[in-house]
Amino acid sequence: MYANSLFASEAASASHSSFPILTALVLLPVVGSVFVTLISNRRPEWVKLCASLFSVGVAGMSIWLLASFETHAGGFQFVSEHSWISQWGISWHLGVDGISLFLVVLTGILFPLVILGVDPHHDEKRYLGWLLLLEAGVMGSFLSLDLFLFFIFFEIVLVPMYFLIGGWGYDKRIYAATKFFLYTMFGSAFMLVGIIATAFLARHDIGYLTFDLVKIAEEASFATNTGRWLFLSFAIAFAVKVPVFPLHTWLPDAHTQAPTGGSVILAGVLLKMGTYGFLRFGLYLFPEASVWAKPVFLTLATIGIIYGAIAATMQTDLKRLVAYSSVAHLGFIVLGTFAITSQSLSGGVLQMVNHGISTGALFLMVGMIYERRHTRAIAELKGIQAVAPIFAAAFMVVMLSSIGVPGLNGFVGEFLVLIGSFDTARWWTIVATTGVILAALYLLWAYQRVFHGEPDEANSSFAEITLKEGALILVFIGLIAFNGLYPKPMLERIEPSVDKLIEHVESRTDYKAPAQKVHESTHSEGEK
Amino acid sequence: MLAAGLVSPNIEWSQILPLLILLGGACALMLFGTLIPGWNRTSSATVAVATGLAAVVASAIKWNDLYYVKGSTFIVNAVSVDRFSVLATITLCGALVLGVLLMSIHHDPLNGDKLESYVLLLTSTLGGVVMVSANDLIVLFLGLEVLSLSLYLLTASDRRRPESQEAGLKYFVLGGFASAFFLYGIALVYGITSSTSISGIRTDLSTNISVTTNDVMLLVGIGLLMVGLAFKVSAVPFQVWTPDVYEGAPSPVTAFMASAGKVAAFGAALRILLVGLERRVDDWRPIVFVLAVLTVFVGSIMAVVQTNVKRMLSYSSISHAGFMLIGVEAAAHFSGNGLASTMTYLVIYTVIVMGSFAVVISVAGNSDSATTLEDFKGLGKRRPAVALAFSALLFAQAGVPFTAGFIAKFGVIKSAVDVNSYAIAIAAMVAAVIGAYVYLRIVVSMWLEDSSNTDELVVSPLATLVLTLSVAFTLVIGFFPDILLNAVELVCGVADTGAIRDEFLRIRDTVLLKFLCGS
Repeated sequence: MYANSLFASEAASASHSSFPILTALVLLPVVGSVFVTLISNRRPEWVKLCASLFSVGVAGMSIWLLASFETHAGGFQFVSEHSWISQWGISWHLGVDGISLFLVVLTGILFPLVILGVDPHHDEKRYLGWLLLLEAGVMGSFLSLDLFLFFIFFEIVLVPMYFLIGGWGYDKRIYAATKFFLYTMFGSAFMLVGIIATAFLARHDIGYLTFDLVKIAEEASFATNTGRWLFLSFAIAFAVKVPVFPLHTWLPDAHTQAPTGGSVILAGVLLKMGTYGFLRFGLYLFPEASVWAKPVFLTLATIGIIYGAIAATMQTDLKRLVAYSSVAHLGFIVLGTFAITSQSLSGGVLQMVNHGISTGALFLMVGMIYERRHTRAIAELKGIQAVAPIFAAAFMVVMLSSIGVPGLNGFVGEFLVLIGSFDTARWWTIVATTGVILAALYLLWAYQRVFHGEPDEANSSFAEITLKEGALILVFIGLIAFNGLYPKPMLERIEPSVDKLIEHVESRTDYKAPAQKVHESTHSEGEK
Repeated sequence: MLAAGLVSPNIEWSQILPLLILLGGACALMLFGTLIPGWNRTSSATVAVATGLAAVVASAIKWNDLYYVKGSTFIVNAVSVDRFSVLATITLCGALVLGVLLMSIHHDPLNGDKLESYVLLLTSTLGGVVMVSANDLIVLFLGLEVLSLSLYLLTASDRRRPESQEAGLKYFVLGGFASAFFLYGIALVYGITSSTSISGIRTDLSTNISVTTNDVMLLVGIGLLMVGLAFKVSAVPFQVWTPDVYEGAPSPVTAFMASAGKVAAFGAALRILLVGLERRVDDWRPIVFVLAVLTVFVGSIMAVVQTNVKRMLSYSSISHAGFMLIGVEAAAHFSGNGLASTMTYLVIYTVIVMGSFAVVISVAGNSDSATTLEDFKGLGKRRPAVALAFSALLFAQAGVPFTAGFIAKFGVIKSAVDVNSYAIAIAAMVAAVIGAYVYLRIVVSMWLEDSSNTDELVVSPLATLVLTLSVAFTLVIGFFPDILLNAVELVCGVADTGAIRDEFLRIRDTVLLKFLCGS
């Protein structure tokens, strides 16, 4: 049942069967969560097995989605739309395009890795139940094409994350969890009013009340000032989520106090809900306002890049250092988003995925260090390379990918963002580029302090990487290397949607994006 | 034929059937309870629940009759039977049934069979039903007094705890003041319009051109009426009694007061304001606006600093009243569907609050005193299922998606935005975030903090029943709100579609035109 004939044709050509795969992607984790919760306490060995099966099932479906995604189409595919709350014009409307595709796949892959690879230590059943529920929320946020539906997924994510941080985190976990919950909810409060106002104001153009994103974006036009206010109400929610400087203060606490699995998911996919929101509900829904707000967000992004890097350098806690590095890395994504060129947007989407992989892996390895040493203080770690060379080597690769060394995945996204932004946001880009150097500074310095030198007594018994941990990290390293050396498959799928988005912006504003072709530039770069 | 020459009023008994059932139930319970030997709590509860269910059935039949007609007034225009009053009656009777179930869990050795508590629950519901269906201010006042007097007694009914008596007295004195204000308001409005009938006041205000827009007597009358109503819904600054009374009263009574009391008061307020004083909407709307904003903020902020769960819930009920007032404010604009959203909020809140108190009663135990945050620590370990259900209800109160509470909040915010009251909508959402912290605190102490108390927590089957019903309702409405929304929209006859909206705008323009041309 498709509301729009345009989507019907696309969906028919793209999906080979009528199986509602997107709905399944959202609902399967929920079923899994309920299932895991209902397992009897006398059968603890089934818990992890079941949770793994469900999450692997979701991963399999997301990979199948990737495989059957039509590469050069820019529109939404696999659309499924059913009336839900007809009274308010709200529908269960899901769809995927090049911008959301890889975030969905990343979500699908990251969860089973966390479930299989990270041990929660206590109350495994509840932990896994929340984790699966979280997966459903994240999937839903990335797939929703209805403003209301998006909001409820965006919001529901807080509950499992709150419990994960509060229940399985470190010493100050309740403070961090509450701060995270209230901070994000505060942002969403404005978005909710904005969403309702958007739907009501769009009613004049559409003729009836609907929360359908595509319909509102394509058919409604807001008065300049109204559009800007609405955009701001959305932007606050996303800026908190990303987080954009100066709304980032919840992030270091939440990241540091969260259990390893929680940090991986938080950095890997949850933050991306903010940057994704800027693309889908900022740029697409309010093109005029986004172009208008460009200088502000470019400035904030640049400040975030430099500030995050400097703050990371100063940290004494390894996990907090990685958390601040996220602030810096996400600054690049916001920079790319608001530079509004084909390359910068594609680079931003790539960077969303790549940051998820490399920072997720960094958090995993910091978690492994903590497991062994029960400390994350840089000052107490020393000379690990001497006792655990393989561990150190793996950390090195992951760290280099985070720094953005050519050949690894971190480089591709950041490079595209910078090169794309240079046309439209020259001075900001010049300042932001120094952030890349700073990234090398704080990560290499941390590496030097933790891994080099002679291990003291406490560190001399640092255990080498285990087979399970090795396998886990190997998956990440594989993704890091593949995306770094051969980003073309991703770009091919991202670029049409990005171009379509830019066309949409151009058709509604005076803005003209400079002509850029992504493919040539990445070819030359991928062959380095 | 003794009275051949006298004309008696025509009383349509069938129209007030739910009222009669409640009255009959209360009388029967009082009579049989004292006469039949061996009468115990279970028998009282059974009669009370049966009465409540019978009233629900009678109302449901009425609902069906009203499917195509708008409803009308009966008994010399004293009682109006329309979809609004029927839905409010159903909600009140639902609250009664749940309240009786909660009352039966609560064991009080000093007051073994608690016969009078059940009777008072029935009579207070009776008063509430009169309030929501009264079309005459005097009748409405009678309902208000029946409801209030029953609640004063119920509040003071726990003889073991001095707080209970203190709360009862406090409630009685302050409630008496509020009633006096309300009555004076009726007198002044009557002085202007020479009518106590709500529809009569409406007619008079729209036809009588001798009443000027700044008529002091009328304005003071409206103000006094609103003081009385604001006291009943515990809107800030008339909320001071609420925390003490809610904390002091036996927990089942608190639950009933928070739900049924609010439904009755809001039912009366909506009818007086939207029907009787519709022409004076510009006079009272700003008052509601200020009340609403103050209420959401003070309720949420004060709840944050509490350490007693019953007090937290009472401040949270104040903040919920603020949200309902936002719906009233939205309804005061001629478009939009503020009325429907307020009703939806009331129905949902009634169920959520009943479920929440089922947990509070179970945790508080027979002495009804263990209600501090400390007592909820480690509940997740002791009774995970109960803690999970309570968390669901608390998240519903916080307005987290996929719960009925979200639908309720979304509804009022939506109707506020619909009439361009952005300021009030944003204020409400910010207050909701502050309020969320309160619910989180309870959730945190249940799941994330350990306590030394490892006693087996006994949760009676009735508490489980109320909790299950309430959580099921919360989740079902959270996922499929259409069921409730359609019913409530029907009540208010406003569907949010273009055609009906245009009709509304047309009516509004006509009204405005008339207004501007001096009728």
